[in-house]
This record gives sequence, structure tokens and C-alpha cells, in this order.
Amino acid sequence: MTVALAPAGLRGSPWLTFAVRRLGRFAVSLWVLVTTAFLMIQLIPGDPVRAALGLTAPVELVNARRAALGLDDPLWQQYVHYLGGLITGDFGASMMSGQPVGEVIGDRLPATLQLALPAFAVVIAVAIPLGLAFAVLTRGGRRRGSELGFTSTTVLLAAIPEFLLAVALVAFFAVQLGWFPVAGSDSASSLVLPVIALALGPASVLARIVRVETLSVLGNDFIRTARAKRLPARLVYLRHALPNALTATLTMCGLMLTGMVAGTVLVENVFAWPGLGSTIAQSILQKDYPLVQGIVLVYGIGVLLVNLLVDVLLAVLDPRSTIRES
Amino acid sequence: MSDLVFEAVSVRYGGRRGLTAVDHVGLTVPSGQVVGLVGESGSGKSTLARAAVGLSPVSAGRVLLGGVDVRKLPRRRPLQMVFQDPYSSLDPRMSIGESITEAIPRGVLPGRAARRDEVARLLELVNLDPERAGHLPGQLSGGQRQRVALARALAGRPEVLIADEITSALDVSVQGAVLNLVRSVQRRLGLSMLFISHNLAVVRYLSDIVAVMYLGRIVEVGPAEQVLTDPQHPYTRDLLAAAPSAHTSLFDTGADEATADVEPADPHHPPSGCRYHTRCPAGPLVRADRELCFQADPTEDAASRRHSAACHFSETESHQPAIPRGASAP
Amino acid sequence: MVNRRAKWVAALRTPVGAFSATLLVLVIALAALAPILWHDNAFAIDTDAIGQGPSAAHWLGTDDLGRDILFRVLVATRLSVVLAVLATVIGVVTGLVLGTLPSLLPRPAARLIVSAVNIAVAFPGLLLVLFFSVIFGVGTHGAVMAVGFALAPAFARLAQTLSASVAGQDFVSAARISGVGRIRLLVRHILPNIGEPLVVNATIGAGASLLAFSGLSFLGIGVQAPEYDWGRLLGEGLNGIYVNPAAALAPGVAVVLAGLAFNLVGETVAGVIGVRTGLRKFAPRPVAPAREDVVEDRDDAVLVVENLQVAFPRPSGWTVPVRGVSFTVRAGEAIGVVGESGSGKSLTGLAVSKLVEAPAVVTADRLDFAGKPLLTTPERELRGLLGTSLAMVFQDPMTSFNPTTRIGRQLAEVAEQHQGLPRAKASERAVDRLRAVRIPAAERRARQYPHEFSGGMRQRAMIGMGLMGDPRLIIADEPTTALDVTVQRQLLRLLAQTRAERGTAIILISHDIAVVSQTCERILVMYAGRVVEDLPSAGTPRHPYTRALLAATLDLDTDRDAPLAVIPGRPPEPDRVPNGCAFADRCPAVTDKCRLEDPVLERVETGHRVACWYPSETLFSQPAKETVTAGGAE
Repeated sequence: MTVALAPAGLRGSPWLTFAVRRLGRFAVSLWVLVTTAFLMIQLIPGDPVRAALGLTAPVELVNARRAALGLDDPLWQQYVHYLGGLITGDFGASMMSGQPVGEVIGDRLPATLQLALPAFAVVIAVAIPLGLAFAVLTRGGRRRGSELGFTSTTVLLAAIPEFLLAVALVAFFAVQLGWFPVAGSDSASSLVLPVIALALGPASVLARIVRVETLSVLGNDFIRTARAKRLPARLVYLRHALPNALTATLTMCGLMLTGMVAGTVLVENVFAWPGLGSTIAQSILQKDYPLVQGIVLVYGIGVLLVNLLVDVLLAVLDPRSTIRES
Repeated sequence: MSDLVFEAVSVRYGGRRGLTAVDHVGLTVPSGQVVGLVGESGSGKSTLARAAVGLSPVSAGRVLLGGVDVRKLPRRRPLQMVFQDPYSSLDPRMSIGESITEAIPRGVLPGRAARRDEVARLLELVNLDPERAGHLPGQLSGGQRQRVALARALAGRPEVLIADEITSALDVSVQGAVLNLVRSVQRRLGLSMLFISHNLAVVRYLSDIVAVMYLGRIVEVGPAEQVLTDPQHPYTRDLLAAAPSAHTSLFDTGADEATADVEPADPHHPPSGCRYHTRCPAGPLVRADRELCFQADPTEDAASRRHSAACHFSETESHQPAIPRGASAP
Repeated sequence: MVNRRAKWVAALRTPVGAFSATLLVLVIALAALAPILWHDNAFAIDTDAIGQGPSAAHWLGTDDLGRDILFRVLVATRLSVVLAVLATVIGVVTGLVLGTLPSLLPRPAARLIVSAVNIAVAFPGLLLVLFFSVIFGVGTHGAVMAVGFALAPAFARLAQTLSASVAGQDFVSAARISGVGRIRLLVRHILPNIGEPLVVNATIGAGASLLAFSGLSFLGIGVQAPEYDWGRLLGEGLNGIYVNPAAALAPGVAVVLAGLAFNLVGETVAGVIGVRTGLRKFAPRPVAPAREDVVEDRDDAVLVVENLQVAFPRPSGWTVPVRGVSFTVRAGEAIGVVGESGSGKSLTGLAVSKLVEAPAVVTADRLDFAGKPLLTTPERELRGLLGTSLAMVFQDPMTSFNPTTRIGRQLAEVAEQHQGLPRAKASERAVDRLRAVRIPAAERRARQYPHEFSGGMRQRAMIGMGLMGDPRLIIADEPTTALDVTVQRQLLRLLAQTRAERGTAIILISHDIAVVSQTCERILVMYAGRVVEDLPSAGTPRHPYTRALLAATLDLDTDRDAPLAVIPGRPPEPDRVPNGCAFADRCPAVTDKCRLEDPVLERVETGHRVACWYPSETLFSQPAKETVTAGGAE
């Protein structure tokens, strides 16, 4: 029954409301994340220090390490201490090496970003034009052959997890052909295989989504209006279909980017890439909980930031979104 | 005994920037009579109906059924509703027989056989073959679904029936059959009925009393024939004039140029004073001396006017209104 | 139900359906049988062949203990699949509980769950898996729990959205009014209606958890030696990738194939449920020849339509919703097209404006607009003509404008394209046209987005868009159906005035015969894809359908004490039109001839054509209904 009638964009300052609300949500999510990361250690059954150091470690050492980590304090005290540490940039120290977690992350994060960001760029550059083109080509049930080819290729590529693709790429391009190094991060050419491994699956998924979204946009009445204006096809698709398909896809792009960051965990392990991913796997195995906790936090903050960015972009690109917010 | 009375009912949605969809509405559906409620989309007529059955939150006022607040009635109230869209009002996975059975109050008809007979009786009542009880809604046409929806509403043994735009999704050729049915059922069972429609002709055909709603308020109410032949509120007059008819020309009944192209008001920010003044062809836009409309709210003393019209410049009532007007707005 | 089975069979016959079903059967068979058949082979240690590549004895080579990799991959099927399915069950059940609980719990608790799910769902699955595996510990049990719980938020969200959309339907409201309790509502109404999409997604989810599991095992966090699943085999194989790439690739291929099997089966099921059946190629449809009098050709005709047909390919064959329509529109004439839903009136409007897209096929003996044959002239040549001389107004003002572009730009685009105006000039013209359709504060309104306009104002803007050129014909398809009566009258007046000022012809398509006779001087009555009567609005209807339609139309003069006139039965489905007169089954004056022979639209007097064997000569019994009085525009 409610119909938006009045120019809500001019009343009050919806942008301010939007900023306050969205930042508030970010803060709450951040707090939930930090608390969850803190509780993660508490939820581990048994004594985490004992688990980490092994059954053979002397009791004194275990006790000393427990005390150093503050695990003997009451829970609320530990929590306050933890929060206090985070504010001053203190993530604790590794149980294995004693190295400050912040320092480890500072070392490893750039390497992970070096993989994730180019991979994301590749995904966007490949998937959007491809999805749009195939939507236009196969709209209304045309070219069923191309549609089948596109769908089956993308389904297949999306079904291959990053690390399997990585292994296959290594086996073929590195071992068989010797074009690229098997592992390591010494040269620019060592970047090629991991980036492809990371980008191919998400690019297939995104291309399919862009196609589906574009198809559904093409079914909208306003596309018929654009055709009734007798605009050339190029303008109908680029000016009227694409912007609407993209706003619908943007949220998906965000999920893609965060998923890709997670994908680095496995891919880094295949290529022995010295990033956060190989570190977190190792530290889970070694039960180096402070380090795991720190890295989980970093990944989590990354996810929250990406979501924030997506929402801001949506608000900018879609003129209706400020109204949806308020 | 089964009067349905809205007492200064308000329905508000949302917080600070919210919307008052229904604003202090008083309306009575007398026992055994049909009250037709008309108004444009966004006027709050459906919200008012939904408030009676508990689907919209009543933020102020009361809805009384036979003198009892409906919120204090048991969960199965003697108050049923038929909806607009025949395609979403029946569960696609339940046979129509099951849908109707579900609405039979528990304990009324113990035993499977008794309930099956009741379903058959109800289907016959709405002119459907009882053999179809096993059919899924997907196998029925829009008009047939609307009959099933009516049968389901009747299964709840209502004293009051609310019909919300029940024919607006139907073709003309089907509409007549549904309206004939509703009328015969209402008369046979002596139901009180609140019949909502945006179509004045449909409301006129079915109703004993007509109420006209505009921007969350009732602006005129009275016996159907009187309201339609001698409308008191300019909005009612405008609605009557705008009703498409093969017998009148588009330009026969002139609304004034000054108000012809005005946009409908924003329900989030209702106009001050008389809510209709932004569109009123007899109001301040046309006659500069009627400044009163900007300031004073005509619903406050509406009861003193003929048809309880919410218009400062309508006739005052010379005798007592024939229809009690629920509780008038404070 | 038969229909349903046929759909499943059809789905299995598609290449994707057949492939996925075979793959799934194969995976399940392997999971069941492989450990029984080859358990010993998989553990047999061949000390002569340690860490070797493929050979005749060991097709995929051996691992560093000399065990055969092929057998190990085959045997690992069971553990891999079972663990994935277990994790999926945990995920789906947890998700379903979290997703449907909010509808049962009191509000604060419900909101808490919803927002917790919303936060969790933003995190990629793998991060959640890692997080949970820290808590549940390294090993098979921990990994099953971790993967399961990591799936849960996504399913919770899915269940939430699905049940919210079901809960918004009227049948749930109706059940609530009948006093059905919350739990019964959930069990009887909501769960059955969200079941299918949930099952589909659970299948796809099983594929995802298979992949996640192999990832975990690959990292060493999942299955621990001596047990092994595909992920573990893969991790072990990677170490010897230089010696024997097959050791790493084989389990990888197994994971992908099994994952694909789950995924594709899910998609196939979704396809069947969503009624997405493939279209086959059809032989071109033989076009029925014109059956009607050739339309009188006039010099001042804007639009000449002869034997217009529109056909759609359906799995069962061609469906023809428009079956040979002929009419002319003269300059400045206003023609109304009326009919019930499904009569083909809107499709006729789209077809004459060349907006019907493939796979539908439009044919006509003649379709001339402003003297140009629309079906034979190349698209490029037509663009300018149609863009400036033909205007369209569509039914739903809420969806007919591009929501991301300002109204002014959407109008200006026309002038830029067809009149070659520069951007600034085009925008000026747009504002001018908005003023011409009497939109208040046109300059400001031009800078607004469609959602800031009311429905009536959008329809005005739509007419204004048509006036960017110099239209000779406006086709308005139910332009006022979504609007209130007062707004409807404003809009009809605007159309009439535009016509009076510019001599523009109008085709007004509507289900409401009263609206049409108020606005137009001639009415085409359509039934089952044909024009059954073409009469002046002032004339006396002679087709029984037109008469019945008029009698059934309620207005403010309808006798309140008499029952309403009704037309029994329903119009025929477009793919089941009878051989004789399509109206025969509902006609009060039907004879055998009507059922056998289809009447042709013939002239009965000047400007009046009827397709009926027995066109009524008598007048209506009620004098008030004798004529459809002309309104016409002055």
C-alpha cells in the first residue's frame, strides 16, 4: 500500500543517516568478531596450552606459559585485557616462536594481498563482459548451443576448488612445461599460476551470475521502454541493462572478494606462498592459538571492510538505496 | 449482536519517519448489513480491514465485535476475511478440501466424516462441485479460487466477513458471478460484511452503507443510495465523477483546471488542516476565501454534518444520523 | 502428477540431466562397493614399486609406501562422500532450525538470531570452517562439525528468506485468521512450500561440503592417517608431484567429478521444479491465409494491419495467441481495443509496434505504419521513423522507467538519438515536453529518479517521452489500470487533449469497455486472439460477446436489485481453440453451425464489422444499454 511519492532524497540528510547507521553496524559487527575471536580460545575443550605444547612438556613450562598468556585470570579480566591489547595494536605473541602476532601478520599480509588483489581484478575484468555478452547472445532462449557451452564450462570451472586447480596448473605448466616456477614468490612469473588458480573459479561463478542478472534485467518493462524508444541495441544493453545488472551483482562481487581472500589459504599452501594463508594452516596444526586468533581477526576485519565498501558503492550507484536504508 | 465497531482506530507503521496508514477511524458495520469502503490506493482501507483481523497492528483505539475487544476474543474469532489475489490466497500444496477443513473451528465437528460433509456443504454453498474437494488450487481458475476462499472463510462460522478487493483481480465476465454469490451468501446467512473496493460501482451494487476513505481517514459515511446520489464531501463527488461510464464523456464533469493535475498527497506527510485541501475543487486552491481548510481539521466536528462528512463546507445535519458512526474522532 | 513425471523424464533426457544422473549413480555405487571390492588392494604394499609413476601393474602409480593409488582413490570414495553428506546434514538441520526459529520465538530473541545469522553469512565458508576446526580440533570428527556448522548460516539465511516470502502470502494470513497456531502454520504451510528449494540447495551444499572437506584434509586438518579421503591423498600426492603428477591429479579429478555430480543434480532438480523445460526446434508454422474482408484502404491511414498473427513456440507445438487480426487506424482517430485477459489485445499492440521479440513469430499479410511496411523494411531504416512517430505507453508505470537513470535523461535520450540534438538541447526539450504533459515543476522533476514520481506522474512522463518526437500514433496498453479513478480520468483527458492538439491517432488497449467508449470513437472487441466486432462507440453492438460484456459491466446505474449478468464458462486456452466459433461454448444463441464453422469478420454496415453467424438485429431489452454512447474528445 505504501508508495514512495515524495522526494525523500531532499529531506533531512539521508546520507548522514546512512553513514551513521552503516558505521554503527560496522562497529557492532567488529565487536562481535573480536568477541568471537576471543571466545574461540575459551571454547577449545581442555587446556589449550597443554594441547599446544604437547603431553611431554614439563608442568612448569606449561604453567609459566599459561601465566604469561593470562589464561589463569578470570574470564572478564582476560576479555578486558584482550580488548585493551587490541586497541594498542597488541595481538599477543606466538606460542611457538614467541614472536609478536602483530609482527607476523605485518610480514605476511602484504604477500596475501599481492595474490588476492590482482586475482580480483582479473575476475572483474573477465566475468562482467563475458556474462553480459552471453546474456545478450542467449536472451529469450536464443543460441541454445552457446548457452549450453557457456553454462557447462562455467559450472565445471566453478566446481573445481582453487587448490585443485592450483595442483593441476602446477602439474601441467610448471612440472610438464616448466614455464613457471612450481612454488615460491621470487619473481613476477611466480605470481601467474596462483593468480589464475584463484581467479578462474570465482570468475566463472561471477560470469554466470552477471548473465542471469542481466537476463532478468532484460525481462524488465523498462527495457521494453528503451526498445520502444528505438535506441540501438548497443545503448539498450550498455546504458539501460548493464547499470541495473551491476547493482544487482555488486553484493555478489563483495562475497566473491571475501571468498577469494579465503581461497588464498589453500592456494598459498600449494605454492608455498609466504602469506597469511600458509601461516594459519600451519598454526592450526601446531595449535599456536594466539597466532590463529590474530589471523582470524585480520581476515574477519577484511570481510567487514569489503562489505562496508559494497554497501557504500550500492548507496552511491543505486538511487533508491538511501530510501531503502531509511 | 455482531456489530463490528472501529473505535478511533489508528495504525502506524515504522518509527519516527513512519506512516500513519489509518488515523483515528471510527466506523460501524451493523449486524446483518454490508458496509462498502471505497478509496484510492494508499487511503488505508485495506489496512483498516487487516487491523480488524489482527494482521495490522492497532496502535490506538479498539476494534469491537459484539461489544467485545477483538484482541480479547479467542484465537478463532467469528471474523473472517477474503483476500484480493486468488493466486496467493490458497496454499498451493493443500487440496482445497484441506484448506477449508483447516478453517473449521476445532471441536465443532468431531469426526472425519462430519468434516468431510461440512466441506461438501460449503463447496455447494459457493456453487462448486463437492467432488472437487481433492483438487489443488492450481487446477482452478481465478474465479473458482475466489469461491474456495469464500468457502474457507465461511467454514470459520463467521458473524462478520471482510472482503478486501475480492473482484479486482478478476475479469468482468467472472466478477459478476462472484458478486452475485457474495450477495446471496451474505443474505442467506445474515452476515455482517465490510466490503472493500476501489471500484465505486461494485461497492454501490453490494452495500447498504457506503464509507469513503481518504489518506487514512473516513471522509463520508451514510446509506449507500444517499451518499451516491447526494454526496457531501468533494472527494466523494470527485470519485463519482471520475468513475468511468459509457454514458458520460470524459469532459462532461469538469474538475477545475487548478486541481486537475495535482499529485496525490504523500501519506508520510499528510497535509495540514483538511487533508483533501491540496486537491479539493471546492477548497482554497479554487476559492481563496476558504483559508479555514488549511488550518482546521474537519474530522473533529464531522459527526454534526450530513453523512458525517469531513468537510467544513458541507451541509450540517438537520436530524440525527441514520447510521451510528462508531466512536467519532476526538 | 503425470505431468510432473513427464517433466522428470524430459529433464533426464537433456544432456546435462542425463550426465549428472549417471555421475551421481556412479559416485553412490563406488561409495557403496569400492571398499568391499578393493579394500585389500588399497592396502597392499608393493615394496618393489615405491613412489613410482604410472605403470602396467599400477595404472596411476604408487605412493611412498608402494600402495596402488588408483585403488586408494576408489576406496576413498566412501569416506569422502559419507563425511560430506554428514556435514551437509548437520549444516542443513542447524540452518533450518536457526532459519525457522525466529518465526516461533518472541521478537527480541528472533531478532538476535536473525542478526547473528546476517553477520555470519557475510563470512566466506572456508574462514568459518577454519574457525570451527580450531574449536573442534584437528581430525575427522572436528572437521565434520566444522564443515557442517560453516554451512549452517547460509542455510539459515536461505530458510529465512524462503519462509519470509511464503509467510507474506495471503494463504498464511488466511490460516492465521482461522486461528491456526504458529507451530502448525510452520509445519503445515511454510515448511512444505520451502521444501523443494531447500532440498535443491542441500544437494548443491553437499557438493560444496565435499570440496571444503577435501580442502581441510589437504591442509592436514581433516582426516588423519591411516584413514584417508581424497583430500588427504591429494596432499600426499602433491609432495611427489615431480615424480608422479597422477598421484595428485587423480584424487583431484575424483573430488571434482563427485562435486559436479551433486551440483548438477541439484541444478537439474531446480530446473524441473522451476518448469524450465527446453524448447525444441519447430518447423516454421504454416501461416493461415487471411479470412476476412480486405481492410478498406484509405489515403489517411496511419496504420494498416492485415491478417496479423503472433505465435509462440511451446514444448507441445506452436501456440497462437493472436490469430489473424485486421484493422486500420486513420490519422487522428482514436481506437479502443477491449477484451478479457488472454484475448491477445496487448500482444496485438506489441506486435504492431514491432516490440515482440524472438522466439515469438509475427506474421501479417500487411503491416504498414505511415506507409512503410514494418515487416520487410530493415530495422535500421525503421528506427528513426518509429522512434519519432510512434509512441508507446505501457501498463505498469512503476516498472516502465529505468530506476537508475533520471527521468529527464530518459526523455532526452530520444532526441539525442533520433533528432541528433546535443545533450544540453535534448535536456531542454525533455523539460519542455514534461511541461507539455503538465507535470508541475518540470525542471526540478526532470532531475529526479523514477521512484520519486507517483504512478500518474510517471504515465504522464511516459506520454511526454512519446512527444519528444512528433508522434502520428500513440499505442497505450492499459495505461490506467494501475491507477486510481481520479488519476485515470486526468490521464485519459491528457491523451484526448494531445490528440486534439496534434492530430495524433491513438490505440487505447483496455479491459474496461467503459473507459474505452469514453475515450475512443471506434472499438475493436477481441476474443481468443481475434477481432470479433469492430464498431463505432456510438453504434449498437451486434456480437453476442460484446453484448454480454456490456451487460456484465457494472456502472453507477446498474440495477441493485437484479442479479448481475454473467458470461458462463471461460475463454478457450490459446492452444485449444475450437474449430468453430471460439465463443460458441459460452454463447446463449449457439447453433450447430457455430460449433462447426468459424465465422468471418464481415461488414454489416458502414464502419461496423461482426464475426458472428447470427449477428443480433434486435436491440437490447433495456433501453439504457442500447448504445455504447460515444464520449469522444472535443
